[in-house]
Amino acid sequence: MLRLEKRPTPSKFWLYATPVVAVLLTMIAGGILFGLLGKNPVAVIRTIFWDPLFGEFAFYLRGQLLVKAGPLILIAIGLSLGFRAGIWNIGAEGQYIMGAICGAGVALALYPTESRLVFPLAILAGALGGWAWAMIPAILKTRFNTNEILVSLMLVYVAETILAKASTGFLRNPEGAGFPGSRSFSSYTAASNPELIAGSGLHWGGVAALATGVAAYVLLSRHILGFQIKLAGQAPRAARFHGVNPERLVLLCMGLSGALAGLAGLFEVTGPAGKISIDFNVGYGFTAIIVAFLGRLNPLGIVLAGFLMALTYVGGEMAATNMGLPSAAIQVFQGMLLFFLLGVDVLTNYRIRSALMGAR
Amino acid sequence: MEFGGINPVILIASLMVAAVPIMLAALGELVVEKSGVLNLGVEGMMIVGAICGFITAVQTGSPVMGFLGGAVGGAALSLVFAFLTQVLLANQVATGLALTLFGLGFASLMGQGYNGIKPPPTLSVPMGPLADIPALGPILFDHDWMVYMSIALVAVVWWVLKATRLGLIIRAVGESHEAAHALGYKVNRIRLGCIAFGGAMAGLGGAYVSLVRVPQWVDGITAGAGWIALAIVVFASWRPWRVLIGAYLFGGITVLQLNLQAAGSAIPVEYLSMSPYLITILVLVIMSSGRGRAALNAPASLGQNFHAAR
Repeated sequence: MLRLEKRPTPSKFWLYATPVVAVLLTMIAGGILFGLLGKNPVAVIRTIFWDPLFGEFAFYLRGQLLVKAGPLILIAIGLSLGFRAGIWNIGAEGQYIMGAICGAGVALALYPTESRLVFPLAILAGALGGWAWAMIPAILKTRFNTNEILVSLMLVYVAETILAKASTGFLRNPEGAGFPGSRSFSSYTAASNPELIAGSGLHWGGVAALATGVAAYVLLSRHILGFQIKLAGQAPRAARFHGVNPERLVLLCMGLSGALAGLAGLFEVTGPAGKISIDFNVGYGFTAIIVAFLGRLNPLGIVLAGFLMALTYVGGEMAATNMGLPSAAIQVFQGMLLFFLLGVDVLTNYRIRSALMGAR
Repeated sequence: MEFGGINPVILIASLMVAAVPIMLAALGELVVEKSGVLNLGVEGMMIVGAICGFITAVQTGSPVMGFLGGAVGGAALSLVFAFLTQVLLANQVATGLALTLFGLGFASLMGQGYNGIKPPPTLSVPMGPLADIPALGPILFDHDWMVYMSIALVAVVWWVLKATRLGLIIRAVGESHEAAHALGYKVNRIRLGCIAFGGAMAGLGGAYVSLVRVPQWVDGITAGAGWIALAIVVFASWRPWRVLIGAYLFGGITVLQLNLQAAGSAIPVEYLSMSPYLITILVLVIMSSGRGRAALNAPASLGQNFHAAR
């Protein structure tokens, strides 16, 4: 019989090893799943994890990697701050949508102005839109003690209906012959978010994501606020004695993660997505939760995890077109990754002892 | 008798049907939370129950087998949650979210090739002349058996929690797992049982969506019903009969906004379809604030994992 014994302090080794073990276990379990679906498991895993980096079309797919990783990293870093403090913003998808709508709305209102200020204004509006949407659960939590998990999640559904209204109503392209969807940003240069270096996939969103990663690292390791966030998560009572204001922390963490999610939405809609359409959001807000945990809620870890998760998106699309793998299989694969991650994490905090051998 | 193109008798009759999925799921989650576990994966278990029930019903041609399949599917997925949180002591909030993310993908994967198929119909229970009573007949005596069973299950859960030894043990584990452990109860095993029950109920609710409410299979069929069920548990202050009231309230809002859409109301469709979610938020605010704070009634060990050090 095996039993668990709590470690006096979390194991440093397993802290860094668990994501690797979880990824390997997911590859094995995913391989079994792909096998059951009638595909060659080795070929699928290679298509997902190897081909986008070193395969035949890697020159194009490597760029796609950064396109997908950018929003994931941006959102996940925001979420990780809250998760560390025990504040669960899981409505990033809604904040992402609202940021995109607000930012695109400001830019489209100024159409066809060719001023350099349009794009910065849109960025500001995007961040504010996401921030405002996240402030709803934050203020309800601080004022009325409402559960922020449920409220932020409900607001995703509300944001989705507003998006539907935006693309068929108030943001619809007036010259679009009545089709849903806004004006295309690729032909509106003042507000578009183009690739900065041809073929790299780097746009302003990617720049923002990497900068945010560095900023969050500094915040957590060098700034008093970062210390307070970590303290509030690990020892809420101690945090109160230290003078941490829990309400301020909720407003800050929710607001920050909302603003970052809004930014991600704005960069996506003006760049890779190209316009507001009813289904421009592809669930980055939810996948970012997996990214945050895979990166161990650590900014640098999240940057790596973002690229790994982007790999499953890009490789998954490859596997879908080349091998007919259902796209839902990739979603299952990503979900399994989070399961394994949470499961293997037991090794960080506990030792496994055999009750027969370890007679003390 | 109609108001603005809406017949109140049909409205009440259809809200009872609309309320069944969230009532079943919320009732299961209530038992889970009473035992001190917060399982945020209700949405995932519901949608897996929906597709498992749908496939079973289509393959066997029997809706009863379908509901059974849905319950088994939901319970099976909940055991993943139980293993991670009770054996490997993973964070309950994160694991619950993982369950939902995984469940949505898994259901969509299983449902490939089941779009556009009609499941075998679940018929009304024949009540003879009772169903012909004006007004009362369609409201009370013209439903399928799941509507009656959902109400019966509320009564059973209420009775078990309030009046039986099992209910006392579940509540003890949820209020103070240390004390329950000291008394010799196997905290994690009792919680595991409750989680499986919650999963079966969520799966049953999901199967009702795909077999009766819609009735067909489409991706994302539950559309947030699992999350509304979680909110209803808070609304109900962890009391079974209030779950019934909450579910009927939300069923009513859902049906009303659908009817208003159909009747061509002046309010735009988008605003009507977001109303159930907005009202959920409003209800959470009312229940969580002020003197009647629902949180005061929450099980004391809710969301905390238990590791028997001795």
